[in-house]
Amino acid sequence: MQLQRSKWKAFSEGLIEWTIRVSGISAVVFVFAIFIFVFWEGKGLLFSDDFSISELLTSEKWDPTHTPPSYGAARIILGTFSVALVAMIITVPFSLGGAVFISEFCGPRLKEILKVVIELLAAIPSVVWGFIGLKITSVYMKELGADAGVSLLNGAIILALMSMPIIVSISEDALNAVPDSYREAAIGLGVTKWQMVYRVLLPGAKNGLLAAVLLGMGRVVGETMAVLMATGNADNNPFSSDAPFLDLLVSVKTMTATIAKEMGDTVNGGDHYQVLFLLGVLLFSITFIVNLTAHLVIHGVKRK
Amino acid sequence: MNDSQRFTKTTFTQKKESREKWVKVLLFMVTLMMALAVILLVSFLVHKALPVLSLNFFPDIPRDLMSAGGIWPAILGTIYLVVLSLMVAAPVGVMAGIYLNEYAKDNWLTRLINLAVINLAGVPSIVHALFGLGAFVMFAGLGESVIAASLTLAVMTMPVVITSTREALSAVPMSFREASWNLGVSRWQTIRGVVLPNSISGILTGVILEVSRAAGETAPIMITGAAASITFRQGETVYYLLGEKFMALSYHLYYTSMGWKVPDKLPNPETGEMVPMTQAALEYAQAIPYGTAVVLLGVVLLFNSVSIAFRYYLRTHRKW
Repeated sequence: MQLQRSKWKAFSEGLIEWTIRVSGISAVVFVFAIFIFVFWEGKGLLFSDDFSISELLTSEKWDPTHTPPSYGAARIILGTFSVALVAMIITVPFSLGGAVFISEFCGPRLKEILKVVIELLAAIPSVVWGFIGLKITSVYMKELGADAGVSLLNGAIILALMSMPIIVSISEDALNAVPDSYREAAIGLGVTKWQMVYRVLLPGAKNGLLAAVLLGMGRVVGETMAVLMATGNADNNPFSSDAPFLDLLVSVKTMTATIAKEMGDTVNGGDHYQVLFLLGVLLFSITFIVNLTAHLVIHGVKRK
Repeated sequence: MNDSQRFTKTTFTQKKESREKWVKVLLFMVTLMMALAVILLVSFLVHKALPVLSLNFFPDIPRDLMSAGGIWPAILGTIYLVVLSLMVAAPVGVMAGIYLNEYAKDNWLTRLINLAVINLAGVPSIVHALFGLGAFVMFAGLGESVIAASLTLAVMTMPVVITSTREALSAVPMSFREASWNLGVSRWQTIRGVVLPNSISGILTGVILEVSRAAGETAPIMITGAAASITFRQGETVYYLLGEKFMALSYHLYYTSMGWKVPDKLPNPETGEMVPMTQAALEYAQAIPYGTAVVLLGVVLLFNSVSIAFRYYLRTHRKW
């Protein structure tokens, strides 16, 4: 009986294991490659003399097709954050409420159904959400008396609905991760469910809940199609120095939508093309930091 | 204190319990509202799409400046995208999952990979699009084409495959592997002979999710090769070369709702004279974006439901 494997078999096994190892680090390679390629395409402009990074970040004049062009993305950046902020203000109470209900208040049967519904909602493509924002909610906004149907508020409502499933499911996981002994101890003291949620579960799961909100935020900031279709794409500054400080019914432009809309009209390698890549670098950095923070927050929970 | 008093609730308890009831109702309403909002919006979409939703809508090409006919080229383009991106994302993603669950030790490299997977999933789709434009369209010289768009989608959807492969593999009990190793079976043989057969259905769930994700994405393909409209002749077989631009459902939806206007007049096929559209034709044309949205939504939800059903079946029929 031959116990030794053939050379060929040992070799092919080694080959397979190496392919697996290479695939294993592919994710790292891709993340670096994304950053390098996006940066590379925009670097020419970044280091050229007639461009300043402070102008990009602080100037409010975005006129890339004019000669001479002006690349001030302040309004675009403010637009991005205003939409994300309003969306989070709308969605967080609903999502956390929903997560508490699914995790603590409903029966196992309903829980199962709701979790499936949430998962299906998370799968709705962003272009369909954008379409809903463009053709349905904006029409109602107009009927309710807004001048323009597509606006900051319209986009924020769509983004709120979009980010709801992700926040609900991560929050629900966070609530589940609170040990049952905490619940038993609370119930043993004779508290009602709501008191238990309010005094024990929410403080116990606060890191997970924070991470859920952060991940939702990352998703909202990086969302492209929905904001492109639902916010109207006019570079207005929604913030103002006098009350009410934030005009919800104004049409705004976001970084993602600017890249998506204007990239098709640029000359490859031109200044406009490069500045859009720089916006991409900025966007990548923002979402990278948000995701990293969320990851560290969750990790802190696990170590405990 | 007599007996009946001893067992009545104090006002404090009553208050506590009534608050409990209200909170429960409130939270239920909140959950219901979210679900209802979405159900209402989706049924509104379907309602508006009714004029075009027939079996002719799927296999027909767009005709009369896209105001009539169907969406077959867009459906075909989406099939191309899904298949091509799957051919890259599935093998690499599954192998990366195998590496992370079976080979990786708990060291800095593994932590780096984990971080990379999480961040890859969190990179905005438009940044993936910029990467695709820089790397595949420009650097690799593929041009704006199906293959460049598919590769972009493959990179983007890979985390889905990696995470679900990993979960499926980690569900296989360690004792299975140990039993195999004790027989003198090598690591890879154990994976192939024991671990993969026991987790293949779980891996498939992830692959199905990848399909649904790739079908729905718009931003990564809109600057890497999707075309607003490609004219096909009646009766011509619709196909795309790998280096050509293509139509896709998601981009078709974007284009028909944002860039495209229903034409007022159409050339008469016999005389070439411009004639106004009839009321029925106009209604049909206006319903085309809604029809596209419903088809796209249907495809995505179908794949996701299959994936969920699969997972449910696995959970109830697990052998160990």
